[in-house]
Amino acid sequence: METPKSDLPQGTLDLLILKIVALGPVHGYAIAQRLQQVSRDVVQVPQGSLYPALHRLENRRLLAADWKQTETGREAKFYRLTRKGRSQLDIEAADWQRLARAVGSILAMPEGGAS
Amino acid sequence: MNWFGRLLRRSRMEDQLDRELSLHLEQHMAALIEHGHSPEEARRLARMELGGLEQVKEACRDARGTRWLDDFLYDVRYALRTLRQNPGFAAVALLTLALGTGATTIMFTLIEGVLWKPFPYPHPEQLVRLQEQTDWSTAIGNLWGFTYPNYLDCKRDISAADLAVSSIVRGTVSAPGAAEYVVGAEISSNLFSLLGVQVAQGREFRAEDDKPGAAPVAIISHTTWESRFGAAPETIGARITFDTKPYTIVGVMPAGFRLADGELNILTPIGQDTSPRMQNRGAHGFQVWGRLRGGATIERARSELAVAGSRLAQQYPETNKGRTFIASPLRPEAGDTKATLWLLLGAVAAVLLIACANIASLLLARAVSRGRELAMRLALGASRARLARQCLTESAVLAVAGGGLGVGLASIGLRPFIAFWPGGLPRAWEVRLDWRVLLFSLAVSVLSGLLFGMAPALRAPARDLEQTLRAGARTVVGSSRRLHSAFVVSEVALAIVLLVCAGMLGRMLQRLSALDPGLNVHNVLTARTVLSPSILTDAGRTRAAWQDLVDRARRIPGVEAVAMIDTVPMRDGSNPIGYRTSPAMVPQSDQPIVLANCTSPDYLSVTGIPLRRGRFFTDQDRLGGQLVVVIDEVMAREAFPGQDPIGKQIWDIMPEPATVVGVVGHVRHWGLAGDDESKIRAQLYYPFAQIPDAWVQRWSDLMSIAVRTRVEPRSLLQPLRVQLRGALNDQVLYEVHTLEELDEASLARQRFLMFLFGAFATLALLLACIGIYGVLAYLTGQRVPEIGMRIALGASAGEVMWLVLRNGLIMVSVGAVAGAAAATAAVRLLVQLVQGMRGAEPGTFALMVLVLIVAAMIASFLPARRATRIDPVEALRQD
Repeated sequence: METPKSDLPQGTLDLLILKIVALGPVHGYAIAQRLQQVSRDVVQVPQGSLYPALHRLENRRLLAADWKQTETGREAKFYRLTRKGRSQLDIEAADWQRLARAVGSILAMPEGGAS
Repeated sequence: MNWFGRLLRRSRMEDQLDRELSLHLEQHMAALIEHGHSPEEARRLARMELGGLEQVKEACRDARGTRWLDDFLYDVRYALRTLRQNPGFAAVALLTLALGTGATTIMFTLIEGVLWKPFPYPHPEQLVRLQEQTDWSTAIGNLWGFTYPNYLDCKRDISAADLAVSSIVRGTVSAPGAAEYVVGAEISSNLFSLLGVQVAQGREFRAEDDKPGAAPVAIISHTTWESRFGAAPETIGARITFDTKPYTIVGVMPAGFRLADGELNILTPIGQDTSPRMQNRGAHGFQVWGRLRGGATIERARSELAVAGSRLAQQYPETNKGRTFIASPLRPEAGDTKATLWLLLGAVAAVLLIACANIASLLLARAVSRGRELAMRLALGASRARLARQCLTESAVLAVAGGGLGVGLASIGLRPFIAFWPGGLPRAWEVRLDWRVLLFSLAVSVLSGLLFGMAPALRAPARDLEQTLRAGARTVVGSSRRLHSAFVVSEVALAIVLLVCAGMLGRMLQRLSALDPGLNVHNVLTARTVLSPSILTDAGRTRAAWQDLVDRARRIPGVEAVAMIDTVPMRDGSNPIGYRTSPAMVPQSDQPIVLANCTSPDYLSVTGIPLRRGRFFTDQDRLGGQLVVVIDEVMAREAFPGQDPIGKQIWDIMPEPATVVGVVGHVRHWGLAGDDESKIRAQLYYPFAQIPDAWVQRWSDLMSIAVRTRVEPRSLLQPLRVQLRGALNDQVLYEVHTLEELDEASLARQRFLMFLFGAFATLALLLACIGIYGVLAYLTGQRVPEIGMRIALGASAGEVMWLVLRNGLIMVSVGAVAGAAAATAAVRLLVQLVQGMRGAEPGTFALMVLVLIVAAMIASFLPARRATRIDPVEALRQD
């Protein structure tokens, strides 16, 4: 049986892309691959929105891009994190973790017997 | 990379986007094939997962933030393509727009340069002009030039502003080089520093120059420096002889320097002038300049001046009673140029509006005929805003292109137009196309683009999509028809305003040209004349020299008669004097005023002014005899109503009462247009031979000679110059005019306005006709099936024609009514602003309206005739 797939909450795609790019220069297809692998197919990134997101981040100067050879010898556009992107990633990651903890602790509340 | 950089690298970015996405697809396919899919299957799956390739690309382009620019460029290209497809329309639209914006730009340039631009001195907002003001007024008003003692007192008392003074002087520069009569000024040593002007060479006057008895020094103009001294640097320290007195040149004015509006050739320190007027608290005519000191307001300067004024009025009641001092911001005085400029701007704006209405209706027609295409695009998902924007872009392209051409036309036409300005445009040298003008033209173009683009843009995205798509080409949409009619109505109304104005100006000109100037203007040459400065010091020699001059001139072959005159009719300059007809003292403000002319016995034979009663002067009227004057009919009526003026006495003209010995005809001294409306019309003549010795030198400066000739008057100028040159070769003639030229020039402004309004009105008429033709042709085209049906059902050619003509007639009539109302208001404005203009004449008014209606009917006739030739079978088969 396939694991049920979740849609990404609004705005998290940018965060995920920044994180993956932070691990080292990487091209578009690899980002899509890695997102899928790391999330064990739970997070389904519509590929159609990956590239506009990349271009948007590049436009906001959070990412920079260079054309380099892939392992297979093809020219590809490799994205890397800029300094501005790094600090944006830190801020957004911290935000996300705080939010996740808060949501988690609310969900962990025992039910019934509120007195 | 900013968006502009991205825009420039657009094609490279497109290419990279292509490569990035295709690599993605390849890699994905490869992965899928590894998982055991067939290549076909892999390609399909990879594409599916990516989503539509084009959509992704679009989304990426959006993310880049250059979307609107891409669209804009696309729209511009589209607009250019449609314009190219329709070269006739494009040419007419561009040409009319270029003419409209070009003419508007020229007018605005003039308004900006002549009326608005402050004087080219640093911090012009601190500069003020000071004048004396009396609590009573003469016919000329209640503002006066300063007197020198009043200036000195004000300068001492005022702390809000620093003051400087100047006084225009005229004289002959006789060395080095040829003798020449020039205009100069005496100035206080601080004038240059007060205005913030730096000399081009040498130095300014110093305080020690500005004292009686100091070494005579002068600053000469840049042009004098060039023409007399060849712009040599050693000019500083050289000598120049001005009115027989040698001056050491210490400085050269900057090129183009002008004091307010006059060009001055030579400046001398005012403090060295020891003439009696410098001590005379009644000798007006000094210009006083002020610069507000740091932080002081003009109000403070005004209140300080008021205090000084009342103090001086108490101290010197005989000269200063009821007299105070006022300060006003130093602004260019444009006189009636201002009214002319605004009138012309109004006229060209009307032409531009008509051009806009024309283009709007043509664009609207095109938008409506493209309704189906647009509806289709809407159905395919284009947004209405996007389509409206596309329409507006088209208009903007047209407007900006037309505006650009217009600015080009304006830059070519500006100088010729200024040269064409009657009597010379004030401050013409400062008029230029600057960034303010360009901004204005851009604004005008964009506004007109919006004006004519708005209707089609709002109209374009068809309101009822489904219906439009179903209805086919045959739709006549009511709202577009109403809009079209509105365009025609406004065009007609504007054209009528211009036509009526032109017609009224034409009638006025006709009426004025028929007026009698009061003298025979043919074959009379006039020129101001200066005697040799060496003679002027002695009154007896001066009188003899004038007599000699007149005799010499008379002996030149072709000369009929010669006279001396100080104020030549219709030339600038007059000498209004208050007079009394009884010895009783009358306050100055209650005295009647007459234009006094100083002349010699042959004046009537030279000018042909008719003698009505009594006699004119003879050689026997000399100093020591009975003082005589001759008055004109107007003065006879004003001063001695119902009495015989001969033998009556007049006070205050000459030092002693003078006896009236003759009455002559009235001369339109203020020109054909201005004389009837001027406040001072009465005229009086007194003989030069009888003025006291003390006046002779001053009067000599003002005299002209007037020569009646048997031949073309200008041909005698050279012989006159040679004969009158004088023993020292330093007597010159200047300001040479024939009376005929002066007579013509007195109507120059009216003729100029008439010519331009005529041209604009013709253009407006033409544009309105094109508009009417275009709209009717379009509306008739839309009705082809209907008309075909009517013909098939038996309508006669006449009925069909009437159908179309009626359409035009209704629009034109509504426009004519609106236009007539507006024209009435416009004519009222003209009456106020143009000398010699009278109220609307119904005949001319009706004629001009008729001209438009006939022209409009001719324009409607073509589409109407075409309608009668519609083949019913073909028309019904259409669509």
